[in-house]
Amino acid sequence: MNVIVGLEIHCQLDTKTKLFCGCSTDYRTDGPNTHVCPVCLGLPGSLPVLNRKAVEYALRVAKALHCTVPEESVFARKNYFYPDLDKGFQITQYDKPLAVSGYLDIEGDEGEKRVRITRVHMEEDPGRLVHKGGTDRPRYSLVDYNRAGIPLIEIVTEPDLRSPKEARRFLNKLRATLEYLGVFDSEKEGSLRVDANISIEGSERVEIKNITSYKGVEKALTFEVTRQKNALRRGQKIVRETRHFVEARGVTTSARSKEMEQDYRYFPEPDLCPLRVADWVDGIVLPELPDARRQRFMDQYGLSLIHARTLTGDLRLAEFYEKVAGTDPALAATWVADTLLGELNYRDMSISSVPPDVFSGLLSLVRARVITDRNGVDVLRVLLDELKEKGTCESPEACVERLGLRALPADSAGGDDPVTKAAREALAENPRAVEDYQNGRKEALNFLVGQVMRKTRGCAKPADVNRVLVSLLGKGA
Amino acid sequence: MAEGTLTFSPDDRYNAFLRTVSPARYGEGRLSGVPVAVKDNISTAGIETTCGSRILSGYVPPYDATVITLLKKAGAAIVGKTNMDEFGMGSTTENSAFGPTKNPRDETRVPGGSSGGSAAAVAAGLVPLALGTDTGGSIRCPAAFCGIVGLKPTYGRVSRYGLVAYANSLEQIGPMAADVAHVSLLMSVIAGHDPKDSTSLDAPYAHTPSPDIRGTRIGVPEEFFGEGVDPRVASVVWDAISLLERKGAEIVTCRMPSMAYALAAYYVTCMSEASSNLARYDGVRYGPPADVRKPWHEAFQERRREGFGLEVRRRIMIGTFSLSSGYYGKYYAKAQAARQNVRKDFRRLFAEVDVIAGPTMPTVAFRFGEKSDPLSMYLSDILTVPANLAGIPAISVPCGKVEGLPVGLQIMGRWLEDERVIDVAYAYEQGANP
Repeated sequence: MNVIVGLEIHCQLDTKTKLFCGCSTDYRTDGPNTHVCPVCLGLPGSLPVLNRKAVEYALRVAKALHCTVPEESVFARKNYFYPDLDKGFQITQYDKPLAVSGYLDIEGDEGEKRVRITRVHMEEDPGRLVHKGGTDRPRYSLVDYNRAGIPLIEIVTEPDLRSPKEARRFLNKLRATLEYLGVFDSEKEGSLRVDANISIEGSERVEIKNITSYKGVEKALTFEVTRQKNALRRGQKIVRETRHFVEARGVTTSARSKEMEQDYRYFPEPDLCPLRVADWVDGIVLPELPDARRQRFMDQYGLSLIHARTLTGDLRLAEFYEKVAGTDPALAATWVADTLLGELNYRDMSISSVPPDVFSGLLSLVRARVITDRNGVDVLRVLLDELKEKGTCESPEACVERLGLRALPADSAGGDDPVTKAAREALAENPRAVEDYQNGRKEALNFLVGQVMRKTRGCAKPADVNRVLVSLLGKGA
Repeated sequence: MAEGTLTFSPDDRYNAFLRTVSPARYGEGRLSGVPVAVKDNISTAGIETTCGSRILSGYVPPYDATVITLLKKAGAAIVGKTNMDEFGMGSTTENSAFGPTKNPRDETRVPGGSSGGSAAAVAAGLVPLALGTDTGGSIRCPAAFCGIVGLKPTYGRVSRYGLVAYANSLEQIGPMAADVAHVSLLMSVIAGHDPKDSTSLDAPYAHTPSPDIRGTRIGVPEEFFGEGVDPRVASVVWDAISLLERKGAEIVTCRMPSMAYALAAYYVTCMSEASSNLARYDGVRYGPPADVRKPWHEAFQERRREGFGLEVRRRIMIGTFSLSSGYYGKYYAKAQAARQNVRKDFRRLFAEVDVIAGPTMPTVAFRFGEKSDPLSMYLSDILTVPANLAGIPAISVPCGKVEGLPVGLQIMGRWLEDERVIDVAYAYEQGANP
C-alpha cells in the first residue's frame, strides 16, 4: 500500500511592509489592529499597490526552485465570507501564477530524490480571529487585522512524496532554502501553514487543512496513513474529503463537507495590472543554497556528509557553526551537531539564543583540556539553562571555576596529585576488583576507573586515570 | 483669494444633497473659495460617505480620496455630498436609500443617474462645479437629462483612490458643470498620476478649450440612431452634428457592430465586479453593526439583506451567478470577449475618424417610476456603456430640447484624447450660443 503525498505550503515573506500597502509587518509584539491602514483594512475606496520587494522575494524562491516564470502572471480575487477577511475576498493568483514547473532535491526515503514543484504564487494573508472565553465554546471572537495583507507565497508540489517522513524532510529542506534566500523567518509564529493531500495508491485522496508546524505535518500524515490503511484493511472505502488536524490530540477530524464546499468565484483583480516580471529573473543572483553549502563544509572543513548535512540544514545553525569552527572544525562539528543540538531540542531552545563566542570559549577549554569532555557537557547544560532563563549567561571559564570543574593534574613526581590520590583510595576500597584485575580479568579496570571518576567529580581526564591505575596496579600497590 | 470659510445653505428642494458642509473651509489656489459638490461614493475624511446606501450609514471615512486632496490643494470648498443611486446602480437616482433627486428642469422627472445629485446641484445653480462618477454613463446620463456638461475621462486619467468601488475596471471620477470651460477647469485639477492607484496613468490635463475644429473627422455610427432612440432626440442630435460640420468638421457615417453585445458585456462585467466589491459590507467594520449574538454567517446575511436595496441585491445575485464555477465561461469570460470586440471596433473607427458623435441618451429624462422594470432601465444605457468598456473619454454637452427637456450630444474620443473631446464639445457650445 503505497502512500502518496503532495503539499501546499504557505509561507509569510519576510518583507518590511505588507503586500499591498506601506504598513509594517512587524506586528507580533504589538497590540491588535495597530498595523493597519485603509488598504489592509479594506476600507471602501482603498486600492492595492503591489510591493516590489515581495515580488522580488517570490522570484528568488521561484529561481531557487528551478521554476519557469511565465511572461505574464495575473492577480485574482478569491471570494468568500469570513469575519477575518476584510474585503470579502483575498487577492491571490489563480490560473496565471507567478512561477510554474520547478523542483527541489531532497534526501528521500531511498536516497536523493527530486520533488516536482507545480507552482509558486503570491497572495495576501487574511486577518486573524481571537476567540475569547473558553477554547471549546468561545463566548465571543475579536478580529485583529494586523496580519491582513502580509505577503504570502504558496508553493504547491506534485504528489511526489511517499511517506510522512519524506514530507517532513521536504519541508525542512524547503524551509532551509527559503531562509538561505533571506525571504523567510521560520522562527516567527504562524509564518508557515501547510495543507497536505494524502492517499493510499488506488484510493481517493484526503486533504488535511491548515497544519501550522513542521512536526505537525509528519504527525498528521502519520495519523492519516494509519487511519486510511486500517479502513482499507477493514474493506471500507476512503471518501474524498477535507480534514482538520487537531494538533493537541495528534488526530485529524472530518470537516463538515458543507463548510468546505466553496465556490470561490475567482476572477482577475481589476485594481492590479498583470505582472510582467519574467525578465527580472535573470538579474536575480542567488546566495549559496543548502546543497552548495553542504559540499563546501565537506571540502573546506573536512566534515562527514552526515555532519555537513545536519549543520547546513538550517541557516542559523550553519552560520553558527562557521562562527565557532575556528581552529578545530572537526571538534566544533561534533560538539554542535552531536551535543549542542540535542541539548537545545531538549530545552526547546533555538540556536539563535546561543552566543557563538560563549560556545567558542567552551570549545577552547575542551580543546586545551582545561576541562574534560564530560564536564564540558555539564558546563554547556548550565550555560543553556542560564540562557533559557535570563537570556544571558556567565562565561564558560567563570562557570568552570564556580563549579570547580577544572581538570585535575595527574602526574606529579611525588604521587601526591589528586588523581593519583583518588586512584590509591579506590584501590584500597576495592580489594576484590584489584584481585580480579590481578587474576587477569581486565574488565575490573573499568570499574576502578569509574570509581576514580566519581571521586574526582569527573575532573580527572579518563586517559590519566587509566594510566595511573595501570601503573599503580602494576606496582602491586 | 486667501484661506477662509464659506456658508453653504442651498435651497435644496430637489434633494440633490445627502448632506452639506457649512461653514465649508477653503484654501488658496486656482479654485480658492469655489464650492464643489461631491458625489457620495467619493471618500471624504470626516464627512459621512454612504454611497446612497443604508449599509454605509454612519460611515465616516478616515481618509480623503485623491481627488478630494487635489481639490483641497486647489483651494476648493467641499460643500456637500450629493445623492446617487445606491452604489451607482441605476440611471435615475431613484435607487437611493435616501429618496430620489428631482430634475430641476422638470420636477416630475428624474435627473438621470447615478450621479443625479451632482447634476441637479449644478443644474439648479446650487454649485458651479461637481464631481460625478461614471461606470456606464453615470456622469453623462444625468448631465444630458439636466442640461449640463459632464465628462467621463479616459480610464486611468483620474485616480480612483477613495472612490468606493462598484465596477473597478469600468468606472472613472469626472467633472460636471454648466459649461465646457468649467468642466475643463475641474478636469485640470483632478487629473494626473496617483501612485496609490495601480491603474492610474501619468497623463496630467492642462488644456484650454479651443473651438477650432476645422478638419476634425467626426464619425457617426448608425447604431447610435437605431431602434429605441426617440426620433425627436435623434433629430435634435443630427442638427447639432450639422452645426459641427458647419464649423469645419467632416462628418463620416460608420457602423459599430459590436454594439449588439455591448450592453450585455457591460452588465455582466459590472455586476460580477460589484458582487465581489460589495462583499465587504458585512457589518464587522463599519456601517450598522452585525448582530454579534448570532453565528457570523447568519449575522452577515441579515445585515446584507436589510442594508442593501433591491437593485443592489439583484446585481449582487446576478454577478455572483455569472462568476460561479460552471457559468464563468458562459458569462464573465464571454463578456470579456465582447468587451475586446468593442475595443477593436473603436480602434478601427478611430483609424478613420477623430471623434465619434451621437446622442448621450436614447430619450429625454424619464418620469418618476417610468422605468419600473429593470430591463428597460438597463436598455437606456446602451449609448453610454461602449465608452466605459473601451476606457475612452466621452462627454455629454446640451444640444437642444425636446418638449422643453434637455437633450445631450455625446462626443467620444481616442484613448487619452480627452482634450479633443473637450474641444469638439466646446466648439458646439460656442457655435450654438454665439
